[in-house]
Amino acid sequence: MKNHVLRPLFVAVGVVVLILLAREVLVPADFGVQERGYMYGWHRKGNEADWKNVRVKYRTTAYCKECHQDKYADITGSPHGAIMCENCHGPGLAHPDDPQSLHIDRRRELCIRCHFRLPYQASGRGRIRGIDPATHHPEAECVLCHYPHNPRWTPGKEARR
Amino acid sequence: MISRRSFCKKSILILGGIAVPLAALELFDPKKLAADRSGPSTVRWVFLVDTHKCVGCGFCVKACKIENEIPYDANVSRTWVERYVVTRDGKVHIDSPKAARDGFTSTSIDQGALGMLKIENNDIDKAFFVPKLCNQCDNPPCVQVCPVGATYQTSDGVVLVDRSWCIGCGYCVMACPYGVRFFHPVYHAAEKCNFCYHRISKGMKPVCVEACPFGARRIGNIRDPDDPVTRIIMTERVNVLKEEYGTKPQVFYVGLTREVK
Ligand code: HEC
Ligand code: HEC
Ligand code: HEC
Ligand code: HEC
Repeated sequence: MKNHVLRPLFVAVGVVVLILLAREVLVPADFGVQERGYMYGWHRKGNEADWKNVRVKYRTTAYCKECHQDKYADITGSPHGAIMCENCHGPGLAHPDDPQSLHIDRRRELCIRCHFRLPYQASGRGRIRGIDPATHHPEAECVLCHYPHNPRWTPGKEARR
Repeated sequence: MISRRSFCKKSILILGGIAVPLAALELFDPKKLAADRSGPSTVRWVFLVDTHKCVGCGFCVKACKIENEIPYDANVSRTWVERYVVTRDGKVHIDSPKAARDGFTSTSIDQGALGMLKIENNDIDKAFFVPKLCNQCDNPPCVQVCPVGATYQTSDGVVLVDRSWCIGCGYCVMACPYGVRFFHPVYHAAEKCNFCYHRISKGMKPVCVEACPFGARRIGNIRDPDDPVTRIIMTERVNVLKEEYGTKPQVFYVGLTREVK
């Protein structure tokens, strides 16, 4: 056979070898077919651990109640008892070491998420007592008159802890 | 001088020769085949949403964005809450301002670029909220279309994205019939809800489940017959979204109506 036929052949073989070599170097060892088979399980196994190692930021009320017994006692059994502390105070990840990380949100927007009156009887929203923030004491923060950890109490009247 | 006949013969031979070892590399690896057939895991995560209970407060969206490091002011979210308002004239109005991160604090419908649509309370036939999240389908179309194996399903049924492997082609974003995928503004890789994989694999609940004060969101293991969520899915009238697509979604809804898309 003449050279001009073999030369492209060598090039082709070279390209294939290069691709295989590159694959060997670039593809991680744990990449392959995992539990869910060829169609859905083709991936790098180590990535599952990457996702498991994401930092947990919300620690839930069970953590807060260790130190804030009083607030916990106030809120349990009140109409707000099911609301997790961190919904209103932000994630407790760095608390209490970093005092800046948790803030006290006194904005009216926090309360009207649930209390803006929407007459939607087909959903639970229709059964929450609603107000119109434009007319319900628009001049002040809600917490001036309502105690957020037990809205049945009125600050000033009953003992506010 | 090479003849046409022999040239054709030889190129077929060469092509065949090139093709065989490549295929052999894939087909005859017993370890891979064994992994393929290994038994099912004892956990299969499923989700239950009760639309009767949702009040549209949006605490789930707020918590999800913070827990999963989705930039708070970017208009993308792994989960969102839709409001459906059916008016007397039979029209269905749907909105989800900022994915409902701050709840629904207006009676008007947010139509995006078209502005706000005022709706009188007397005109409403029915109105309700529907939380949405990834359905962790049993036949995930987003995984099928990935050309590089960057998205995949774990043995417990959760579909994950490998951020370091994703090339950003966007096929999966297009393929998802539920629109749950988007590009992460910081990592520039495909992003989606994964039932808070870092929490459920530690025995905790997803953050949206914890954040919901009304029990509208619950997680369960469908392989455990005593799991309360499994009991509800098996014994009550639950439904899934877009069943006709054949994706076998694993987020079950109580109280779905035909208006919900
Ligand atoms: C290890 C004990 C501990 C735990 C657990 C704890 N806290 Fe605290 N918290 C403190 C202490 C101590 C302070 C007072 C810090 C200060 O005044 O600077 C505080 C203060 C606060 C404040 C007031 C901050 C301010 O600016 O005055 C809030 C709100 C709060 N905690 C909420 C929470 C929430 C929500 C959780 C649950 C995620 C929680 N805490 C869990 C110890 C704790
Ligand atoms: C509905 C929202 C909401 C929830 C739920 C909530 N808080 Fe608060 N919390 C507030 C608001 C608003 C203030 C500010 C009150 C004020 O300024 O009068 C506050 C104040 C506080 C303070 C500091 C102020 C003080 O009076 O000492 C602490 C500590 C606190 N909360 C802890 C908790 C803990 C612990 C929980 C969970 C058991 C919790 N909160 C649940 C809204 C909430
Ligand atoms: C997650 C939703 C939610 C948020 C946020 C919320 N509430 Fe409530 N609130 C409720 C529910 C549910 C009830 C009980 C049903 C009812 O009485 O309407 C309630 C009841 C109340 C009541 C009536 C209590 C009574 O029985 O007299 C007041 C007042 C109130 N909340 C004030 C507030 C204030 C102030 C805030 C902001 C700090 C707030 N709420 C935030 C859900 C919420
Ligand atoms: C200046 C004091 C004041 C402020 C500020 C205030 N409220 Fe009230 N609120 C009251 C009083 C007094 C009542 C009971 C009398 C009534 O029904 O109007 C009440 C009643 C309520 C009720 C129960 C309504 C019902 O139908 O029984 C809710 C819910 C409520 N407030 C939520 C809020 C929210 C949310 C905010 C902030 C956006 C707020 N309030 C701000 C004084 C206040």
